[in-house]
Amino acid sequence: MLSPAALVDLLTGAGTTIAICAVAIAAGMPLGLLIAAGRTGKNPILRFLCGLYASFVRAVPLVTFVMLIYFGLPALGVAFDPLPAAVFALGLNTAAFNSEIWRAGIADFSRGQLEAARAFGMTPRMAFWRVMFPQIWRKSLPPLVNEMTLLIKASPAIAVIGVVDLTRKARQIAESTYEPLPAFFAAVVIYGIVLLALVAAARLLERRLATRVA
Amino acid sequence: MNFRLDVLSQEAPQFAAGLGNTVWLCGTSMVLSLGLGALCLVPLTSRRRTLRRLAQAMVDAGRCIPFLLLAYIVYFALPAVGIVLDKWTAALTTLVFYNTAYMAEILRGGWVSIPAEQIETARAFGYRGFLLLRRIMLPQVLIAVGPVIGNQLIQLIKDSAFLFIITVPELTFAANYVQSYYFIPFESFLVSTLLYWLLCASVEWLVRRSERWASLVRRSHG
Repeated sequence: MLSPAALVDLLTGAGTTIAICAVAIAAGMPLGLLIAAGRTGKNPILRFLCGLYASFVRAVPLVTFVMLIYFGLPALGVAFDPLPAAVFALGLNTAAFNSEIWRAGIADFSRGQLEAARAFGMTPRMAFWRVMFPQIWRKSLPPLVNEMTLLIKASPAIAVIGVVDLTRKARQIAESTYEPLPAFFAAVVIYGIVLLALVAAARLLERRLATRVA
Repeated sequence: MNFRLDVLSQEAPQFAAGLGNTVWLCGTSMVLSLGLGALCLVPLTSRRRTLRRLAQAMVDAGRCIPFLLLAYIVYFALPAVGIVLDKWTAALTTLVFYNTAYMAEILRGGWVSIPAEQIETARAFGYRGFLLLRRIMLPQVLIAVGPVIGNQLIQLIKDSAFLFIITVPELTFAANYVQSYYFIPFESFLVSTLLYWLLCASVEWLVRRSERWASLVRRSHG
């Protein structure tokens, strides 16, 4: 059985996982939108670079990417502490996946609406934020949430640079108590609860967004 | 900084061996979990509600577990209940178990997209059980979900990088070995990330090719 102290320890690890993922997601969503804007924009160089970034980062395992940033970048003179490196790696990673979702939303958007907005005298920026973005946002929410769950599930990758997240904590407890099963199963349950709560919250938000339109 | 191309070319066999292990581990477990996922379709599409719900709950729970945590359970926790696996068996077990949940869900999605009349017609012609699954349902399901399976293979390749933590000598393990031996982290991880990129791009290319093939097949039958 898991002792109360060990359970508190695990919950601290869960807190670290949630906090790091939350910051990474909060930074990654707008960054992904910027990359998507670059990929659908008029500048061919920017379009190429943003496309290259998204293609590369989406194809690289998160563990390898985390190590490239934490161990590799200091060779170029950019050094991070483990915690900022973890947030940075997760944020850059999720931004690439988010950019793909935003891009699909932008590509699906009907040009007619934008032209109508422009015809009514809206500036391009205004047309984007007042007409285009609210619709894209509503449509992209389910895949964005899906990506968040994938990020949380891949987040144990940050343990390789010494950040003590939920998975790492579970392993430490397993090793110190010589009883691996209770610690790992408790961690599985905590991940399950976090992911289910996220999905449930997204459903609620989706429903609220839907009623606001109707 | 001087880029140590000399070391990289000298250690190329390490990277090649790591890449080879990543490819066969992911390839083998993909085939196995595709088969197991297809078997999961039987309870997942059963007409008995409790059985269906139970199977769905298990598949959903399986998809909630992070890959690394599952690898820890297989490699560190199973010995506590008397099941000791060497690292290769543990790696394959983790990959197959993890991926089967996703395969089952993907195949179920393809299954749902097939019109019910077709199944009824097939039943009327005497197809049932595994014959129905193999001859009528699976060919269509596989064509319908082909691209999604390709994406899942890419996901699996990326998840397999976690296996270096339980000392399976796949691509990330090779990169980590080379970087710690020669102290060239940037070069080493850059090469491994580029190799992953190449691998995933090849999978994408294969999926696109097979999609074109599938659409030709569909046209010749339709």
